[in-house]
Amino acid sequence: MPEVKKASLRDGLGQGLLELGRSRSDVFVLTGDLAESTRTHLFEREFPERFLNMGIAEQDMLGTAVGLSLAGKVPFVCSFSCFICSRGYDQIRVSICYNNQNVKIVGTHGGITTGPDGATAQSLEDIAIMRALPNMTVIVPGDAIETRKATVAAASFPGPVFIRLGRPPVPVISAEEDPFEIGKARVLRTGQDVTLVACGIMVSETLHAAEELAAEGIGAGVVNMHTIKPLDEGTILKTARSTGAVVTAEEHQVHGGLGGAVAETLARKYPCHIEMVAVNDTFGESGEPEELKERYGLTWRHIRERALRLVRNKGRPHPIRPD
Amino acid sequence: MAGDLGNTLGGRPGLAELKLKAWEIRRDILTMLHVAGSGHPGGSLSEVEILVTLYYYKLRHNPQNPGWEGRDRFILSKGHGCAGLYTVLAHRGFFPKEELSTFRKPGSRLQGHAYSGVPGVEVSTGSLGQGLSIANGLALAARADDRDTRVYCLIGDGEMDEGQIWEASMTAGFRQLDNVCGIVDRNGIQQDSFTHLIKDLEPLDRKWAACGWNVLEVDGHDLDALMDAFDTAAVVKGRPTVVIARTVKGKGVSFMENQPEWHGRAPNRQELEQALAELERACPRSEGDA
Repeated sequence: MPEVKKASLRDGLGQGLLELGRSRSDVFVLTGDLAESTRTHLFEREFPERFLNMGIAEQDMLGTAVGLSLAGKVPFVCSFSCFICSRGYDQIRVSICYNNQNVKIVGTHGGITTGPDGATAQSLEDIAIMRALPNMTVIVPGDAIETRKATVAAASFPGPVFIRLGRPPVPVISAEEDPFEIGKARVLRTGQDVTLVACGIMVSETLHAAEELAAEGIGAGVVNMHTIKPLDEGTILKTARSTGAVVTAEEHQVHGGLGGAVAETLARKYPCHIEMVAVNDTFGESGEPEELKERYGLTWRHIRERALRLVRNKGRPHPIRPD
Repeated sequence: MAGDLGNTLGGRPGLAELKLKAWEIRRDILTMLHVAGSGHPGGSLSEVEILVTLYYYKLRHNPQNPGWEGRDRFILSKGHGCAGLYTVLAHRGFFPKEELSTFRKPGSRLQGHAYSGVPGVEVSTGSLGQGLSIANGLALAARADDRDTRVYCLIGDGEMDEGQIWEASMTAGFRQLDNVCGIVDRNGIQQDSFTHLIKDLEPLDRKWAACGWNVLEVDGHDLDALMDAFDTAAVVKGRPTVVIARTVKGKGVSFMENQPEWHGRAPNRQELEQALAELERACPRSEGDA
């Protein structure tokens, strides 16, 4: 692939919040001793009266956001995904989702590419647990531009929203003028042989895989499924029907995330061959992002390999493998 | 007579009237729990005077318009105490009293823990420890908007085992949220046993004070003392106030008082009749007539 521009999704968040702070007075930002790490310090600098650093107390932070929301504010609660989703799960479930409160939760440092901090800081279950909650919307943007758009869109989207971001800079794969609509997948590439569905930082890996496959004469469509819930079933069914083979790719456990969501839809409405590129039911470890992606099977090569396997097996009964 | 019980327009309501109201509410709580066949009598009976003081004296609210912007806010953090809250709201006219018989039944708004679909209930609760943080958020929003809203939050004493209560306590103290008033229903009993045998909370006053709160301690069944405490809390500036209300779990029914087993089970027919007969003998109406 040619050299591409990279940017951190967190920078997209910081910019999106700044935009919101300037355009509307009801947006509040809360963080738990992670202002710079979440890039919310930019908002703090410009709107200190609407910024709350709640200390290392995620449960209290989420509850405080609910109070703000009950009073008509639009609070964005920003922290590491592992802390906010796991430590705060009961608060998200009861205080936010059961009450259908207009609270926006942003989990940065999602996925294994959080890197050297190791397993406790790498959130690999957040999509699954957030997706299971009634009333919750789950967005996993693919690059910094999309993150900024998702942040701005979330403020006007009613009800609880979870936005999941990663830590390191990743390729910028969208343009300012591209449309972004919560719940509407973006077909980035069409192909007649296999459909690749990805979210987050795996979208750029998937685009890379599609190019390699094209060079091998295999047409791979690419869908950027930035919203996991509500899932754009129409786009999944349309693309799956055109190829009959689907590979999902996400920086998350293999259970309950994007792959699970897509498989649930296809199993009910269009059973076809599916492969999932994801972390295989294990915790992560310390390492540089690229090393970990390689080690845990989250690169374009892994996507290509699964796609090839599906294409080769087309028309045969689904292979039963011991793994 | 009950219709004249004032709250927002000035002076204190008559003590005899308030006592009678508390008595009526106890009676209706017991009946509603019996009809439901399950629920939490102990903590619903211990909180009655606190709720009566708030809803018949201190809170600015409008039962005909529960969402009225100028209202004060009340959060029942101990969501299992909803039988008490629902009954008070029904008596106050937020919804018809007849609806109390649907408590805990399928299709009813009156869910088994405090539910925001009920007119007058600000937020659904039930998983303990979460209410005070919500109260703080409301208070911060009121401060940001320069509104004089006061936010009241009723916390169970067993609930204070939860860490989030202390996170929220530190937040309110640190941010000097003098528009927040916490109330602890200090009945000394939680689901399994007495609080001092599970995880002793004492010295409770010093714990709240250490977090930056103004601490008041009152007899939680003394309506005058409660009115005094809420009046004081409203004028203390620069820090939140917590009213530690010493109460009796199961208050008003001899065989329920101070008995952990009555935390979470409803009276059967015979027990209800016995309880109502006891209440009848203690009716403040005759006291007033004498």
